[in-house]
Amino acid sequence: MENNLLPLELKDVSYSYEPDAAPAVSHVSLTIAPGSFVAVLGHNGCGKSTLAKLMNALFLPTEGQVLVCGMDTATEEKVWNIRRHAGMVFQNPDNQIVANVVREDVAFGLENLGVPQAEMEKRIDAALAAVHMTDFADRAPHLLSGGQKQRVAIAGVLAMEPELLIMDEATAMLDPAGRADVLETVRQLNREKGITVLWITHFMEEAAQADRIVVMDKGSISMDGTPREVFSQVEKVKSLGLDVPPMAEMAMELRQGGLPLSNDILNVGDMLKELKQCLSKSSI
Amino acid sequence: MLRDITLGQYMPGNSLIHRLDPRTKILLTVLYIVMVFCVSSPVWYVIPLAYILLCAKLSGLRVRQLLSSVKPLRFLLILTFALNLFFSSGETTLIQWGFFRISKEGLMTAVHFSMRLIFLVTGTAVLTLTTSPIALCDGIESLLKPLSKIGFPSHELAMMMTIALRFIPTLTEEADKIQKAQMARGADFESGNLIKRAKAMIPLLVPLFVSAFRRAGELAMAMESRCYHGGEGRTRLRVLKFQKIDLWAALVSVAALFLTILCGKWIKL
Amino acid sequence: MPIQIEHLTHAYMPDSPFSAVALDDVCLTIEDGEFIGLLGHTGSGKTTLVQHLNGLLKPTSGRVVVDGLDITEKGVSLIEVRKKIGLVFQYPEYQLFEETVAKDVAFGPKNIGLSDEEIDRRVRHAIQLVGLNYDKIAERSPFELSGGQMRRVAIAGVLAMEPKVLILDEPTAGLDPAGRNSILNMIRNLHKESGITIIMVSHNMDDISTLATRLVVMSKGRMVLTGSPREVFQQRELLESVGLGVPQAAQLAEELIAAGYDIPQGLYTQEEVVEAILALHGKGAGAC
Repeated sequence: MENNLLPLELKDVSYSYEPDAAPAVSHVSLTIAPGSFVAVLGHNGCGKSTLAKLMNALFLPTEGQVLVCGMDTATEEKVWNIRRHAGMVFQNPDNQIVANVVREDVAFGLENLGVPQAEMEKRIDAALAAVHMTDFADRAPHLLSGGQKQRVAIAGVLAMEPELLIMDEATAMLDPAGRADVLETVRQLNREKGITVLWITHFMEEAAQADRIVVMDKGSISMDGTPREVFSQVEKVKSLGLDVPPMAEMAMELRQGGLPLSNDILNVGDMLKELKQCLSKSSI
Repeated sequence: MLRDITLGQYMPGNSLIHRLDPRTKILLTVLYIVMVFCVSSPVWYVIPLAYILLCAKLSGLRVRQLLSSVKPLRFLLILTFALNLFFSSGETTLIQWGFFRISKEGLMTAVHFSMRLIFLVTGTAVLTLTTSPIALCDGIESLLKPLSKIGFPSHELAMMMTIALRFIPTLTEEADKIQKAQMARGADFESGNLIKRAKAMIPLLVPLFVSAFRRAGELAMAMESRCYHGGEGRTRLRVLKFQKIDLWAALVSVAALFLTILCGKWIKL
Repeated sequence: MPIQIEHLTHAYMPDSPFSAVALDDVCLTIEDGEFIGLLGHTGSGKTTLVQHLNGLLKPTSGRVVVDGLDITEKGVSLIEVRKKIGLVFQYPEYQLFEETVAKDVAFGPKNIGLSDEEIDRRVRHAIQLVGLNYDKIAERSPFELSGGQMRRVAIAGVLAMEPKVLILDEPTAGLDPAGRNSILNMIRNLHKESGITIIMVSHNMDDISTLATRLVVMSKGRMVLTGSPREVFQQRELLESVGLGVPQAAQLAEELIAAGYDIPQGLYTQEEVVEAILALHGKGAGAC
């Protein structure tokens, strides 16, 4: 029913933890297009996690307005509806799993919403299948790997059939295999089910996979664009305490050394293609 | 080390007893306790004995498993036996040895009370061996539900139990890790007297509590974001249902209880 | 103070149906002053291995000899071993417990029974080694510090034991790029200035390639590869088969060689590869 509405809209949002303190988020305006995969990138303490919590009414803005599928998070009676539409996965995999069996944890949100039992079974099976955890349905969560736990948490959100999936540094505590695994799962959900994704992270490799990157610094948005647009500004990204893809950095150094490389290089493939064009075969 | 602590003693299975509704099992355990207390003379323990053996047979548990549940209580058992043996008054003296005197009545009481303890423990072990902690939680919640009308927090209690069960393995693992980290800094958890050892626990307990509080805060936020707002209007994935076998189990148990009471009353030995 | 690991095997719960071999016949000698990068993905046995080096775990078979002393033998004073070999666990900030930073850092030195003056000297030194200001931080509660500062305090707590070998289990886990770089720089300086032997567990190739003098690659409880970064990164196929990669710069260099360009073998740092490409470009003088 809300398909024609924007999944998320922030209008000049500010938030302070205490009345006199400096705002953790200050004057952020942001519109997320339906079906997009947007990364919010920033170092620790830049306000990105606070921003996430404003997006499903865990925090309410001190100033401005947050709209989830057109609903204002400040409207108290809509809060459960907002949280159903904007599902959130948190950083620590252990601290968001409630039940002792995987399928019962996936059921938790549905139980809270009062979904009838027969309907629940269907939604749980679908959610577990979507994150490829069907075989683990009857396992105890504490025996799973970090990446698997996060996929269970995603299934728990997915079962509530949200429009928007907010990943609040959900890979920060995982090993590289777990990170890749969770990212791939979410990208697939975005591609195949059209779920809008907001991917909050400090890993540039992950942000580079998004359609759009919003870089946060000191509570405000300091850059906004496609991965190529953002990472071509190597010096600026680095000055914000972030990494750039190694190939983007090398491309900049090679340009400074006189090679005519474009601004679009993000990975080894890009680099190889351009180098082959500009290093003459005579130098072989 | 700490990792070796297992939770409860549940033996997974799919026997008739395993499949009983947890509420049936809890109520029947209460009934069984009444039955054991109704036994008037040691001879009539034959009825609960038959009952337990039947349970063991139907649940696929070995008698040895049931008896091993008595092991932690062996000192209490010996004490019960000894106190009743030496300090019961009775007329027929069996052995007189200085101050100590053992009477026939004393011996009977000692046997009686010890048997009672053994039967109580093995019987409740049938419950905990065949019912998962989660099912127990559900059963208790459901049985306590009528009390929520008078303000008893039955849902909250059950949620607390579920979360406790969920986090015991996580915190155990964490305790193990912290202990190792402190040992790497030369901490000694194993030697010294009681006070010294208690003091040595501080570097383990403080981080563990700090972490438990942090986890609690994060969990609360995660639960809220998944629309948790108390027990009101909540549906459940697992719905408890009484079935025919529950009825049969109840009938058999009630019959056994009556038999115990009647035997004690009418047949004097 | 060399460490010799001889045929080390460790099985968890050896007599149960859950038995799992975590280490399988590992042999390795670590010399003084080395900076070892211990690589492998989760479950490869890295953490189990380092916990044997200071006696926290006992092997099922095999020996660990530190400075000529077999620490796996019964009756060895483990305190003596732990004085020599410091171990910093993953997320070490979760072990802080004292009221003040200074007291927490003093915990280790106290356990090994040093005099008050010596403890004070070591606490000051250790806090300074991890790049914190003693006067500013010593009397503060460790729980009100930032995440990165807490981690430094925890590392100081191990350094205050003045070990000859420092083992760090993923010291940068969970940190953002700035936090990670500053911890890595601290470790680099520590190795350079104090000459202490360092063993760092990591699964980040890019981090480790610029720090370590030697890499040790683990997979499924076995040591599958060891050598200088240059040697190890030439085994790209083997590394990929155990779930690891090579730094992107090394990958680029290899691809260029495969495409027929004249680039030296075994380059892996960004600087080297940039330099090689520019040299190539210069040779072809304005070839584009």
